[in-house]
Amino acid sequence: MNKFKFDWLILPLVGVLIVLSVWHGVAGKKIFVTDAAGAIIEEKRIGLIPDLPNVVETWTSSLPYIKEPFAKRGEMDQGILRFTWYSLVLVAQGYAIALIIGVPLGFFLGLSPTFTKMFDPLIQVLRPVSPLAWLPLGLVLFMRAGPEAGTYAALFTIALCGMWPTVLNTAVGVRAVPQDYLNVGRVLKLSRWKMLTKILIPATLPYMFTGFRLSLGISWLAIVAAEMLTGRPGAGGFLWQEYNALIYEHIIFSILTIGLVGLILDRLMSLVEARFKATS
Amino acid sequence: MAFLDLQNVSKSFGGHSVLTNVNLSIREGEFVAIVGYSGQGKTTLISMIAGLLKPDSGTVTLDGTPITGPGPDRGLVFQNYSLLPWLTVYENIALAVEQVFPQWDAPTRQAHVDKYIAMVKLSHAKDRLPKQLSGGMRQRVSVARTLAIQPRILLLDEPLGALDALTRATLQDEIGGICQSEGKTVILITNSVDEALLLADRIIPLTIGPGATLGETVPVNLARPRNRTELNHDPEFKRLRAQVTNQLLSFNSTRQTTLTRKLILPDILPEDLDKPRVHRPPRRLSEEKSENVTIA
Amino acid sequence: MSKFLEITQLVKTFPTPKGPLTVVRDFDLGLKKGEFITVIGHSGCGKSTVLSMIAGLSDVTGGVIVLAGKEVTNAGPDRGVVFQAPCLLPWFTAFENVMLGIDQVYYTASKLERTQIAEYYLSLVGLADSMHKRPGELSQGMRQRCGIARAFALSPKMLLLDEPFGMLDSLTKFELQDVLLNLWQRDQKTALMVTHDVDEALYLSDRVVMMTDGPEATVGDILEVKFPRPRTRRQLLEDPEYYRLREYLIHFLNERSHHRPGKNGQPALAHA
Repeated sequence: MNKFKFDWLILPLVGVLIVLSVWHGVAGKKIFVTDAAGAIIEEKRIGLIPDLPNVVETWTSSLPYIKEPFAKRGEMDQGILRFTWYSLVLVAQGYAIALIIGVPLGFFLGLSPTFTKMFDPLIQVLRPVSPLAWLPLGLVLFMRAGPEAGTYAALFTIALCGMWPTVLNTAVGVRAVPQDYLNVGRVLKLSRWKMLTKILIPATLPYMFTGFRLSLGISWLAIVAAEMLTGRPGAGGFLWQEYNALIYEHIIFSILTIGLVGLILDRLMSLVEARFKATS
Repeated sequence: MAFLDLQNVSKSFGGHSVLTNVNLSIREGEFVAIVGYSGQGKTTLISMIAGLLKPDSGTVTLDGTPITGPGPDRGLVFQNYSLLPWLTVYENIALAVEQVFPQWDAPTRQAHVDKYIAMVKLSHAKDRLPKQLSGGMRQRVSVARTLAIQPRILLLDEPLGALDALTRATLQDEIGGICQSEGKTVILITNSVDEALLLADRIIPLTIGPGATLGETVPVNLARPRNRTELNHDPEFKRLRAQVTNQLLSFNSTRQTTLTRKLILPDILPEDLDKPRVHRPPRRLSEEKSENVTIA
Repeated sequence: MSKFLEITQLVKTFPTPKGPLTVVRDFDLGLKKGEFITVIGHSGCGKSTVLSMIAGLSDVTGGVIVLAGKEVTNAGPDRGVVFQAPCLLPWFTAFENVMLGIDQVYYTASKLERTQIAEYYLSLVGLADSMHKRPGELSQGMRQRCGIARAFALSPKMLLLDEPFGMLDSLTKFELQDVLLNLWQRDQKTALMVTHDVDEALYLSDRVVMMTDGPEATVGDILEVKFPRPRTRRQLLEDPEYYRLREYLIHFLNERSHHRPGKNGQPALAHA
């Protein structure tokens, strides 16, 4: 029990403390230059990286957003969880599209060597392209959609970038179905539908879920980029706006939020994945 | 005084009794085979002798000294070969030898390693990596490594279980030969009555768990060296083979519980899936028979 | 006399990077209805290839396989196959694994009748209390019991057993041989089993077909095993004849299996 506490609580906390103190050490600090009489003549920042907000500044400045996480004071001035919620909704939509296209595509690739030879090189070329590169193309594609063009372009980017891990893992999973299982299906003369639902899909599920988890991670990466470029309200949009507004504390605050949400999503998917791996 | 001595040894895992009141004493130079069903505590027993597990109660002593942990005086060979995949045959064995005999100089160690590689007939393959060897060859390396550290007692835990019949037979002969010439004290764990009869001086069956224990010892008074083809003619071999097999089978019949349950086997015939699907009740064997009668 | 299963001049060739490799050549064998035959040979001699061609899982390169008057061209549930690894689908319970096949071949029957068949055979192989467990929760031996139940439940014309007990320890093997023999006797099935275990072959079969080593493996010899049925292991172990036959088979495996029979050498039939 104590060993557990030490490994999972104390040690990570020590790590966080070390990073916080290094950050605080190099960050800037506001000082007031006073004249002989004690009157303030100038306000300036000193330190190794003077413009980097320190821990205390970041905390105090972010507090309103944490205290009222669902507040809506204006389009770009909302509680942090409200921003996160906007982003999550968009990610959910884009991710759903990615899975709906990705799983069948993965099955085709896994089942048909011809299909693989035809499209695999193309996929390998498109796969490493950054979300930032896809977004402008999305904006062009949906230019005529009017005010919603930004949303469609974001969905396009998320779906396109998030799809590949699902496609590739599903394909690998289908190819890895043991010949023995397929033989069972052949001996029993299972129909195509039964072959798919009783043998192929259950056998591929563990691989598919690995793909799903990786896809979700990439979708979450893509949303931040998409929001920054389109200026939509959300965790990424907030970050970009605060950069433009020169409130640097909020940039750090946004980064931490995005990271935490990403971590939570990954953990949730890992739980689901583990469940499926355990049962099959 | 026995060389290896187990007194009233019991072991359970999480409330499940695996072994109860195991008593075993082995003289120096004796080859004892413990035969039993898989999953009945054979590996637990050998792990306690090896010092990898502690008994819940009872004592395990080697030459009068209680066993408290693993040590090079007991050499263990498992079913999986546990060779380091990035080291060659020679290096795998040399590593163990360096560990156990650090006081030796390099040429002595080298000669020692070479001697044991030659003993298992692998001199031609001493610079190969484990992945370049067949299963039988890997198990030979494993045996050579264990013998090279010159343990006082050799513990073989189903060493040949993963090999095919032919390789298994070859290795049985080799292990038999080596153990005899080295005069080692050996405990062999196996599920094969033939293997036990070929190699051992004594066979001890392990009963069926939970709470398995050792059964009555069967002395194997067959002349050595034993030849598997000649043994086949030997009336004593046949008698022992039947005796041990029957003893093991009788353990099993006590395990089987007869349950009475009402079972119904419907009298229906399978459909021919090469033909298009039909929509009618299933054909029944009783109907088929009556048809035959009318034709006749 | 017309045979239930007739294999004539069977050839199997695999393409390899070094050119075609003929694994089996001129393999002839006939099985009477209700007969239990084992094919014995060293591992890799092509005995499993023959079995998988009868099962229709592997294409025939040359020759003909006729089962109950019909040429075998594809796989189907009229041949119940028991594989070496039981090949149960891990995401289904033992019961569901058996039901998968039953739902196929008894599709005209009612749900109740289909369930009854599965329960009947699963109980017969000793899985009455664990039929709703997944393969992961079953021991090796229990999984293979389920594999046997699955094969018998479909009421196939014949059984094909590909070293079904090869992965079990020798004592669990004994139990399963009895389970198999019991069902075989009850259902009067024609059975062909591939093994390399001499004792298993003698205990189970009416005839033992000895195969020569590959490549170009073929029937080297056939041994008739005339022990009365039902057999018990105890009775066999005390029979001097058993040791004579055992030695005959071991001698074949050790010495004679390495040579193909001569050109005009029809395999000699050894009379027991």
